[in-house]
Amino acid sequence: MDLNYNDNERAFRDQVRQFLKDRLPADIAEKVRGGRRLTRQDHDTWRQRLVDQGWYASHWPTAWGGTEWTPIQKHIFDEECNAHGAPRVIPFGVNMVAPVILRFGNDAQKQYYLPKILSGEHWWCQGYSEPGAGSDLAALKTRADRDGDHYIVNGQKTWTTLGHYANMIFCLVRTGRDGKPQEGISFLLIDMNSPGVTVRPIITLDGEHEVNEVFFDNVRVPVENRVGEENQGWTYAKYLLTYERTGLAGIGASKAALTHLKALASRRISQGRPLLDDPVFRRRIADVEINLRAAEISNLRIIAAASNGGIPGAESSMLKVRGTEIRQTITDLLRRALGPYALPFPEEELALDYGGDYLSDRYAAALTPQYFNMRKLSIFGGSNEIQKNIVAKMILGL
Amino acid sequence: MDFSLTDEQQMLQDTTERLLRETYPFDVREAARQTDAGFSTTLWQQLGELGLTAVPFDEPWGGFSGQGLEVHLVMKALGRSLSLEPYLQSVVMAGGLISAAGSPEQQDQWLPKIASASTVLTVAALEPHSHYDPHAIETLAERTPSGWCLQGRKSVVVAGHCADAIILNAMTDAGPALFIVPTDSRGLTRRSYPTVDGRKGCDLFLDGVSLPASALLGTPGDGQPVLDYQLGRGIAGLCAEAVGAMEVATELTLDYLKTRRQFGVPIGKFQVLQHRMVDMCSELEQARSMALLAASVADSPASETRQQALHAAKVVVGRAGQMIAEQAIQLHGGIGMTWEYSLSHYAKRLVMINHELGDDDYHLDRYAALM
Ligand SMILES: Cc1cc2nc3c(=O)[nH]c(=O)nc-3n(C[C@H](O)[C@H](O)[C@H](O)COP(=O)(O)OP(=O)(O)OC[C@H]3O[C@@H](n4cnc5c(N)ncnc54)[C@H](O)[C@@H]3O)c2cc1C
Repeated sequence: MDLNYNDNERAFRDQVRQFLKDRLPADIAEKVRGGRRLTRQDHDTWRQRLVDQGWYASHWPTAWGGTEWTPIQKHIFDEECNAHGAPRVIPFGVNMVAPVILRFGNDAQKQYYLPKILSGEHWWCQGYSEPGAGSDLAALKTRADRDGDHYIVNGQKTWTTLGHYANMIFCLVRTGRDGKPQEGISFLLIDMNSPGVTVRPIITLDGEHEVNEVFFDNVRVPVENRVGEENQGWTYAKYLLTYERTGLAGIGASKAALTHLKALASRRISQGRPLLDDPVFRRRIADVEINLRAAEISNLRIIAAASNGGIPGAESSMLKVRGTEIRQTITDLLRRALGPYALPFPEEELALDYGGDYLSDRYAAALTPQYFNMRKLSIFGGSNEIQKNIVAKMILGL
Repeated sequence: MDFSLTDEQQMLQDTTERLLRETYPFDVREAARQTDAGFSTTLWQQLGELGLTAVPFDEPWGGFSGQGLEVHLVMKALGRSLSLEPYLQSVVMAGGLISAAGSPEQQDQWLPKIASASTVLTVAALEPHSHYDPHAIETLAERTPSGWCLQGRKSVVVAGHCADAIILNAMTDAGPALFIVPTDSRGLTRRSYPTVDGRKGCDLFLDGVSLPASALLGTPGDGQPVLDYQLGRGIAGLCAEAVGAMEVATELTLDYLKTRRQFGVPIGKFQVLQHRMVDMCSELEQARSMALLAASVADSPASETRQQALHAAKVVVGRAGQMIAEQAIQLHGGIGMTWEYSLSHYAKRLVMINHELGDDDYHLDRYAALM
């Protein structure tokens, strides 16, 4: 056993660092660090640079343009990207629908969809949740009725992240009404430019437009857009969720946020000294740093033990709960560190090109809104309560 | 010991709650938030007409010398409605300072207006490097032949954007002193901004602000204890406001647990959520108790016991507020994250209350030092 990176891994890390130094646009990194808004174009630019390097599709086989990295390499890549202020890779296409297409799709679908994910021609969003089907996903009501070689889709999806950027949505729809609710679900790929699709914004508590409602009114979808068998969609949906959850532990993001926290606490003054030297605050930071270290090693250990290419099963639920709790603690401390300056909400400072004087601290403006935004971590991707139910049932047999 | 309200106190609570219920539903508050003032001038006027802004003042100013508990009842009702109006800043703290330390002329000039809600005053006690410590001041006040000249900066002055005057602390050759600074003074600039919880405030830049001798409030060198005492009354008021907001966040969540169905049952049937809800309610009870303790000492003579009670209350209320805010959102799921639903605004206010007049870390530290 050796808990250090070996020579190859260190060499890989250096290679990633060099790439980030050369190819990550400075203005984008600056926005990420300051918590400012990224445009669709920023994400596109970064996707293209990763694709050019052959590093965009880290979960895919090389034959389709993937990397076939080891779990350790993925971890290193994630950590370095976060440390350098790279935008997060929007997962819905490359890391969610693509693994499903690769595993359950037919050849025509692979050839049609996968290159369009790499090129950015398709921007995907996730159509799982509905107003009445959140944690109880199988209760979904959006229906797809067969009409010759088309499905007619009617219903509503909600909480659709970045649906306003997307031109494709993968949806769970009801195609069967017999048996258990899980049994009548199919996995459909829908072009959002189809007549009858309407996207409406939902503004979140931090004032941002990140999620949407998506309505389907007699939308015609070719049967060939179904992945896998009719009424077998639940299996594919769950397969996708394990990918989603593994990414949600967010170790790299937490490490970057922790670095940010220490820097902020060394600049904020309290009782005539940096807040970082305040014994209480210092211990709070130490505490979360230790927990993060433990989670990082657990993450690597569990992922390394997973047989199918680093995608664990129910264990990913445990990692998701821990990882999101740690991330939320760090955002709490970032907000706390601001003291009274947690209150101002100078929205213009979140804008792309804000050139005015920064209030109190150039990275302060985004921190309180981010703390509130990060409440989502324990709600989405399966709430933390649901994850614990999964662990209790699947691992502990309770 | 007696925890009951007198008939007059009950009436005060009912009057305030009824006014807010009938005239200040959430959509009215949202509309008011988007105005220049950032609060409802109509409600502010009504608070004045009903004598609610006069509660803590003595009879000559139209009040009935209400004490901590009376202010508590009004503030709790304002908290339940997520009020944006600067009652705490203008009536409780600035009004308190002028009542306690003002000359007869200053009282004549300001108190009738404050008590009738025809002006807004606020207090600026913090600076960029003070974190939560109002004693850590760098702003200087120098004597001039005609009065004083002020130089410095003040941070996060809630309601400062619309105040007619701001009471601030500055260092003189004799020690800390308080000044009433009209906001149209030359050399004073305000950088205004909204706050995360929907209110407005500003940073204050004092660049050689000349003031007449009459701007001094109290005696140079005696400013700090006077300010500390009134900030203590502010803490008690803020704790009451927090309790009101916690009550609503808890009620909304309990109601949601009973109505939201997943897996064929109301989500309140899940034991983990039942226990969480119980924890929220017991946090609320702890906070209620400490807010009442704070109210009971708010207007008693300055002492270590009073100070400790106020620190303790702010610790318990700050923590309870954040816990209730976070869990209320969590138990609502996605809906709790939306701007459209009032719950998220209660959550934001509760977390921000912990950042006003000192957070739980700060007050725990102070409490420990007095132990
Ligand atoms: C910012 C954000 C982005 C999102 N993005 C997407 C997206 O892109 N695509 C998509 O499809 N969905 C998305 N979601 C939806 C997300 O997956 C759901 O919010 C989540 O599944 C919870 O569902 P719900 O909000 O309906 O809450 P509910 O399921 O109603 O849950 C309410 C509360 O009850 C608890 N609960 C429910 N059932 C149980 C149980 N059996 N035992 C114990 N506790 C329980 C929950 O943990 C929660 O605390 C997003 C959500 C958010 C907040």
